[in-house]
Amino acid sequence: MEKEGLGLEITELRLGLPESVVNKNEKKRVFSEIEGVGDENSSSGDRKMEKKNEVVGWPPVCSYRKKNSINEASKMYVKVSMDGAPFLRKIDLAMHKGYSDLAFALEKLFGCYGMVESLKNADNSEQVPIYEDKDGDWMLVGDVPWEMFIESCKRLRIMKRSDAKGFGLQPKGSLKGFIESVAK
Amino acid sequence: MMNYFPDEVIEHIFDYVVSHRDRNALSLVCKSWYRIERFTRQRVFIGNCYSITPERLIQRFPGLKSLTLKGKPHFADFSLVPYDWGGFLCPWIEALAKSRVGLEELRLKRMVVSDESLELLSRSFTHFKSLVLVSCEGFTTDGLAAIAANCRFLRELDLQENEVEDHKGQWLSCFPDSCTSLVSLNFACLKGEVSLGALERLVARSPNLKSLKLNRSVPLDALQRIMMRAPQLADLGIGSFVHDPDSEAYIRLKNTILKCKSITSLSGFLEVAPHCLAAIYPICPNLTSLNLSYAAGIQGSELIKLIRHCGKLQRLWIMDCIGDKGLGVVAMTCKDLQELRVFPSAPYGNPAAVTEKGLVAISMGCPKLHSLLYFCHQMTNAALITVAKNCPNFIRFRLCILEALKPDPDTLEPLDEGFGAIVQSCRRLRRLSLSGQLTDQVFLYIGMYAEQLEMLSIAFAGESDKGMLYVLNGCKKLRKLEIRDCPFGNMALLTDVGKYETMRSLWMSSCEVTVGACKLLAKKMPRLNVEIFNENEQEDCSLEDGQRVEKMYLYRTLAGKRKDAPEYVWTL
Repeated sequence: MEKEGLGLEITELRLGLPESVVNKNEKKRVFSEIEGVGDENSSSGDRKMEKKNEVVGWPPVCSYRKKNSINEASKMYVKVSMDGAPFLRKIDLAMHKGYSDLAFALEKLFGCYGMVESLKNADNSEQVPIYEDKDGDWMLVGDVPWEMFIESCKRLRIMKRSDAKGFGLQPKGSLKGFIESVAK
Repeated sequence: MMNYFPDEVIEHIFDYVVSHRDRNALSLVCKSWYRIERFTRQRVFIGNCYSITPERLIQRFPGLKSLTLKGKPHFADFSLVPYDWGGFLCPWIEALAKSRVGLEELRLKRMVVSDESLELLSRSFTHFKSLVLVSCEGFTTDGLAAIAANCRFLRELDLQENEVEDHKGQWLSCFPDSCTSLVSLNFACLKGEVSLGALERLVARSPNLKSLKLNRSVPLDALQRIMMRAPQLADLGIGSFVHDPDSEAYIRLKNTILKCKSITSLSGFLEVAPHCLAAIYPICPNLTSLNLSYAAGIQGSELIKLIRHCGKLQRLWIMDCIGDKGLGVVAMTCKDLQELRVFPSAPYGNPAAVTEKGLVAISMGCPKLHSLLYFCHQMTNAALITVAKNCPNFIRFRLCILEALKPDPDTLEPLDEGFGAIVQSCRRLRRLSLSGQLTDQVFLYIGMYAEQLEMLSIAFAGESDKGMLYVLNGCKKLRKLEIRDCPFGNMALLTDVGKYETMRSLWMSSCEVTVGACKLLAKKMPRLNVEIFNENEQEDCSLEDGQRVEKMYLYRTLAGKRKDAPEYVWTL
C-alpha cells in the first residue's frame, strides 16, 4: 500500500481528479490478494506473502455475536506440532477456508515462512506439512479436497525436510512412506 | 396567537410533543418557546457523547429525567476502534450526581461503564427506574450488585450484548425483599451463575414483570418453576433448554408452557438439545417476535418446523442455517413480517446457507417488510431489482455479501444496478449498508434517489472520489457516514467541508486521505473534532502531511477537543 512520490502535492485542492483514480484498481486487488489466499485456482505469481491473512472486521458481525453464536460443535481444534518448537499449538480448522488460508495461519502461529510454498511445491520446500487421519495414517497435506481434509484430520505436524532422509531425489509418490517411517 | 397564552398552557401543549426532533424544532421558534421547552424537557438523546459536555446539558435541561448516550463509533463493533478510545460514562454520572437532576432512566450504547459509575448512579438518584446497557464494557457483576441493592424503585435492568466480567458475587441476590417493582430483567449476556432460589423469589414478588431474559446458566427445571410464577410474562428469553424429552422436568415444562398464553416475544435458547423444541409449539401462534440468532444448537430443519407454527411473526432474527428453502417457508407462513435479520452461523458462513433466492422468496411473501439485515453468499442484480419492486417500504436495508467485492455471479457485473433499484424504489429508506462489487455508479444512484437516507455504510466499494462526492452532495439528510477500504481521498474529503457540521459523524479507514488534508479540514472547521488514530508503535512523533491516514473519525461538537483521548488519538 505504499504510495511513492506523492509528496505534498496530494494536499493541494484541485478541480481535476486526484492520482488515486489511476490506482483505483489497486484497492480491489489488495483485497482480492488477501481474499485469494483461500482461492485454490488463483496464480501465485504476484501474490504478496506479507499481506495479512485476515481482514479485520469482515464480515461485519459484532464481536460479541462472533464470540457467542458460533456453534460449539462446529469447532475443529487440532494439535499442531512443529519440529524444533518447544511446545505444541492448537488451531481451529473450521476457521479456515482452504489450504492456503491454513498455510498462512500456520506461518503466523510458528513464525515459519514457506508454508504456502510447501503446499504448492512439496519437493522443494524446507518444511513438509503432514497430518494424522482417522485411520491413524500420516498423510501429506493438500492431496484431498479441503472439506474432506478437515473431516479426517486429527492432528497436524510440520516436519523438517531434512528429517525425511534421502528426500529430494525420490519421486513424490514415495513421500508417504518416508513420512510414516519418520513420524513413528 | 400562542403569545397570548400563559406559559402553563404552552407547557401543557408541549407535553404532547414527544419526539426529539419535534422538541428540537419547538426550541428554535422563539426565545420564549426555547425557555419553556428547556424547562419542560424530560427526555434527551445524545447520539455522540463527545458532542456536548454533561455540564452544558444539565444547565440547559434541569428537568432531565431520561438520558440516552452513545459512545464509540459503530465500527467499534467490528474491532476497528482500538482499545481505550473513549466513551466513558464516568464524567456524565459525576456531573449528574453533583447537580439536582432527578435522573430516572439511563440508556447507553457502546460506552465504557465502570463499577464505580454504577455504584455512584445507584446512590445518587432516589427515583432511578431504568438502566439499559447495549454493547457496553468495563463493568463487572459487582456494579450490577450495587444497582440491585440500592435502586429501590427499579423497574428495568436490561443488559444487551455487553462484555461483563463475572465476579461470582451473587449480584442477583442483592435485590432486597422490598423490591417488587421490576417490569423488565435481562441478564442473558452474563456468563456466570446466579442463585436460582433468589431468582425464583424475585420473580415471585414482581407482579409487574413482563420481560425476563435468562442466561445460559439457568437450567430447564428452574425455567419451569419461574414460568409457573410469572404467567403474565410477555417477553421470555430462555437460557438453557436441555433436557431428556422423556423426563419429568420436561413434561412439567410442557404443561407449564400451555398456561403461558401471553408470551408474544421469545428469544435465547443459548443451549438447546435436539427434539426439545416441540414443547414451545403451543406458544408459537401468539409470537410476534422471535430471536433465535444466538441459538447455535438449532438445526435448519428444526428451525423450519418451528416457524411453520409462527403465523403472526412481525420480527424474526435467525441464523443462515435456515437456508433458502427455510426462507421460503417463512415467506409462506409469516405474512405480517416487518423485520428480518439473517446472521452467518459460521465464520465464513455456512456454504449451504442463504443466497439471493431466499431474499426474493421473502420479498414475494412478505410485502410489509421494512427492515432487513441479510448475510449471504451471493446476490444478483436481478434479485435486488425484484426485491425492490416487491418491497417498496424499506426503511433499513443492510446487505452483507460475505465475500467482499463479489460481483453478480450470473452476469459477473457489479451490483450497482441492484442497489440502484433499491434506492429508487424505497423512497423512505433511512439506513443502507452496501456490499459486493460496486463502482462509482451506485453512489450516483444513492445521491440521486436516497433523499431520506440518514446512515450509510460502505466497504470495499467505489473507484474514485466521485463516488463519495455523489453521496455528500445528494443525500441532504445524511447524518452518519462510515467508510472502510475505499479509494476515496482528499478531494472527496475537502470539497464540501460545511457538510460535516450537518452530520453527526464521518468514519474513514483504509481510504486515501492524508494527514495534510485532515489538518486542513480541522483548521477550516473549528466545530469539528477531527481524530486520527496513529497505531504505529514505532512512530513517536509528528505525522508527515503526505502520509496516508489509516483511521479517521470526525464529528461535530460543541465541547471542543476532548481531554480523555488516549495517546494514539491525535485530534487535529
